[in-house]
Amino acid sequence: MELYKLSTVELSEKLKNKEIDSAVLYTRLVERIKSVEGKMNAFARYYEKPCHLIKNKDNYAVNKGLYGLPVAIKDNICIKGKETTCSSKILQGFKAPYDATVISRLKGAGASFIGQTNMDEFAFGSSTETSFYGPTHNPWDLERVPGGSSGGSAAAVAADEAIVALGSDTGGSIRQPAAMCGIVGLKPTYGRVSRYGLIAFASSLDQIGTLSKTVEDAALIMNIISGKDELDSTSCDVEVPDFLEVIKGDIKGLKAGIPKEYFIEGLDDEVKTIVKEAIETLKKLGVEVEEISLPHTKYAVSTYYLIAPAEASSNLARFDGVQYGIRQSASDLADMYKNTRAEGFGQEAIRRIILGTYSLSSGYYEAYYLKALKARAVIANDFKEAFKKVDFILTPTAPTTAFKINEKINDSLQMYLSDIYTIPVNLAGIPAMSVPCGFDSKKLPVGLQIITKAFDEATIFKVAYSYQQNTLWHKEKPKL
Amino acid sequence: MKYKTVIGLEVHVQLASKTKIFCGCRTNFGAEANTQICPVCLGLPGSLPVFNRKVLELSLKAAITLNCTIAETMKFDRKNYFYPDLPKAYQISQFDMPLAVKGYLDIELNGGNKRIEITRVHLEEDAGKLIHTQKESLVDFNRCGTPLIEIVSEPDLNNPEEAYSYLKKLKSILNYLEVSDCNMQEGSLRCDANISLMPQGSNKLGTRAEVKNLNSFKAVKDALTYEVTRQQAELEEGRKIFQETRLWDDTAKKTISMRSKEEAHDYRYFPEPDLPKFLIQTSMINDIKKSLPELGHEKKDRFVKDYSLSEYDADILTSSKAMAEYYERCLKILNEPKEVANWLIGPVLSELKNLNEAFDSIKLDPRELIEMIKLIKENKVNVNTAKEEILPEIIENYKKTADVLKEKDILQVSDEAELSAFIKQVISENEKSINDYQQGKKSAIMYLVGQVMRLSKGKANPKKVKEMLEKKLEN
Repeated sequence: MELYKLSTVELSEKLKNKEIDSAVLYTRLVERIKSVEGKMNAFARYYEKPCHLIKNKDNYAVNKGLYGLPVAIKDNICIKGKETTCSSKILQGFKAPYDATVISRLKGAGASFIGQTNMDEFAFGSSTETSFYGPTHNPWDLERVPGGSSGGSAAAVAADEAIVALGSDTGGSIRQPAAMCGIVGLKPTYGRVSRYGLIAFASSLDQIGTLSKTVEDAALIMNIISGKDELDSTSCDVEVPDFLEVIKGDIKGLKAGIPKEYFIEGLDDEVKTIVKEAIETLKKLGVEVEEISLPHTKYAVSTYYLIAPAEASSNLARFDGVQYGIRQSASDLADMYKNTRAEGFGQEAIRRIILGTYSLSSGYYEAYYLKALKARAVIANDFKEAFKKVDFILTPTAPTTAFKINEKINDSLQMYLSDIYTIPVNLAGIPAMSVPCGFDSKKLPVGLQIITKAFDEATIFKVAYSYQQNTLWHKEKPKL
Repeated sequence: MKYKTVIGLEVHVQLASKTKIFCGCRTNFGAEANTQICPVCLGLPGSLPVFNRKVLELSLKAAITLNCTIAETMKFDRKNYFYPDLPKAYQISQFDMPLAVKGYLDIELNGGNKRIEITRVHLEEDAGKLIHTQKESLVDFNRCGTPLIEIVSEPDLNNPEEAYSYLKKLKSILNYLEVSDCNMQEGSLRCDANISLMPQGSNKLGTRAEVKNLNSFKAVKDALTYEVTRQQAELEEGRKIFQETRLWDDTAKKTISMRSKEEAHDYRYFPEPDLPKFLIQTSMINDIKKSLPELGHEKKDRFVKDYSLSEYDADILTSSKAMAEYYERCLKILNEPKEVANWLIGPVLSELKNLNEAFDSIKLDPRELIEMIKLIKENKVNVNTAKEEILPEIIENYKKTADVLKEKDILQVSDEAELSAFIKQVISENEKSINDYQQGKKSAIMYLVGQVMRLSKGKANPKKVKEMLEKKLEN
């Protein structure tokens, strides 16, 4: 049996019942990685043996146990004693001396870790091409990108190199690659999952989430990682439902909103058709659908590219060669900083640091950063208004299917527009999931995005699960 | 031309919380380098700050006592700059929504009181320390994340003495509130001064210089005095004052230009996204108001009134909270305000000075001090013996008064039979002095008393000896 092809829920069940042994599963997974990783480059690094001891092997809360199941982790989430580099040259050699909260919670649920997945450097990108480790390939077409920035996590899960993975989503970095790789990607509400130990890109937008083969798998992992953390002041003390339970709820009579601003120029015709078909499927399942308006959608990308780089310019200032990572020698301190950062950061990182530094500079702050904060509030309010009328919103996850490697790398604006449907969700701090909803004529996957109000992941899970129960898209596997 | 001096002070005060402002690390001074650190205060990738509530309480105590308006909502901001002792390359500080604004502090001057307005009080984290050796520069991150408040005054101070009084008063208040130990040598109180001159009668402020590296109250006074002279000379010779930062060199006794405004940092302040805004509850402010202790100047006034002490004595006794409280503990055992005050201000303080110790660290049990004073009052020990033989032992070696008494055999001798023997000997050996006395030179008796004291090795009761001698010689 090809164990690695099974879902997280299936495998944890088998592990729990001792039908399989976690060491065997781990070995099978490593064998799978070895057989396809040469084509994929989905990992920044993977471990031939589980990197920590699993304690209390059977003693887990109901619907929270992983019983030794290996999880893949994006290369920007700290695992104690392991190199964590954000796929950047500047952090080469940095071994995190502590576990991120999500890692300690996963350990507590009996997870092991198979490795750290490739990503756009510091999560700056939508294609996983800006990584120091080179691009990850899309398992559906190896000449194409997997999306990004959590492209390594998405590709690894799609190619069965990982059972399930964690990613981070600042402007679409979980959902867009999930859509392009044909898997399930969830960005929870801002504050639902602790950011402690997630190396920050844009602190007010970053959120850790899941990349998985099925909706239930996302629910199981969310049961483990969600909830208030005393180490993250922005995590919220909101009750966490048992997502594996609420998932089974009925969706008949729920109201879905289709924002007209998401179905205009720039959206690929095939993607549009496929998403509309998915909406029809949900209608048949009893969902009431109406057109809505999110009038300030057009400002989202520019707003995002003022706020996110501004925070990034400050968050990345600590990579200065003093404490950890690489250091370039120089005759004085200022040159040491300059040489180290010039050597350590890639082009996209440098572009965003300069952009962010500029928008925070004295004399420009009011015109750019402050104005962007105001625009952000207006965009968030669009959603608030919409959720007075509907229970959830349906959109395409990305305007196109996966594009070719090198196709957009030199055209920043085209690259940035790849996140046009995911960015507003981060600005509003609300949750959204991408679920597989079909394939275009090139046999490339398309994702349907389900958005709800803050802390209503339960509705997302219900809708996504019902849809998945009535479709087979998620069962399709790329041929490698 | 005559000039008016305009001074504003920015005072950084280390709060006396046991742990740091955004993590649980200790804040002990003098710990081995890089032993009080964690991922948060090291700014390691992925770490996040969590605000320490104790810090809010301490800073509110200070802001309330400084008569400030307390913010309903405060927020933290990032102040961005590169320096090796700042591991995140930004300092978490407060920019446009600080803890408190618009307060004041009344200072006492020779000519009466003066009110100094306080612009703002804000919270921030301290940076680490660089240690330079011949070969390399090292960083000690222990101090990173130590909680600070910055207290910014309006430019209401008009000469170095006023600045000195302001600092002294501020220190006394923070000390009494137990908000900070205010130890300038250890850096728990740091002061930067903005100083400018303007022609008398003008209302247009001159260009100011910011003076840094002021490591003692005296340095503040000296540096400001130097700046007044320097700026006056510049202006009188028709030169311009540059807006710049100047460093005080305490050895050379002068200020040196460090950087000009053109090279000044753009700190790119923006709201700290890792910390939510904080609501400051009115109930918390009220609770703190109720718990505020009596302050130094309030204690001083009460001492003058209740204990009939002089202003001078009351001032010294209340110069530190430790001393004032010690004094009142003594009075509870022996209600002799003047006598106890004299002992503390005189012999006890000078003994501590010899030991190079502050009153805060005194280990003398008030009961032992009072025991000693009682012995004098009961004629069991004479004053000099107490000062020279007992006090050093009980202060320095933490002995009990009774034990010193036993060890040193210094109980005063008042027994007439015992004293008679000494007196008899002295009379037989000092014919000349006796003649002098009997011929009317009454002061000669003190010499004879001294001789008895010598024979008794200081133990004789001098009063008794004098009485007995007078009686004997009259006959």
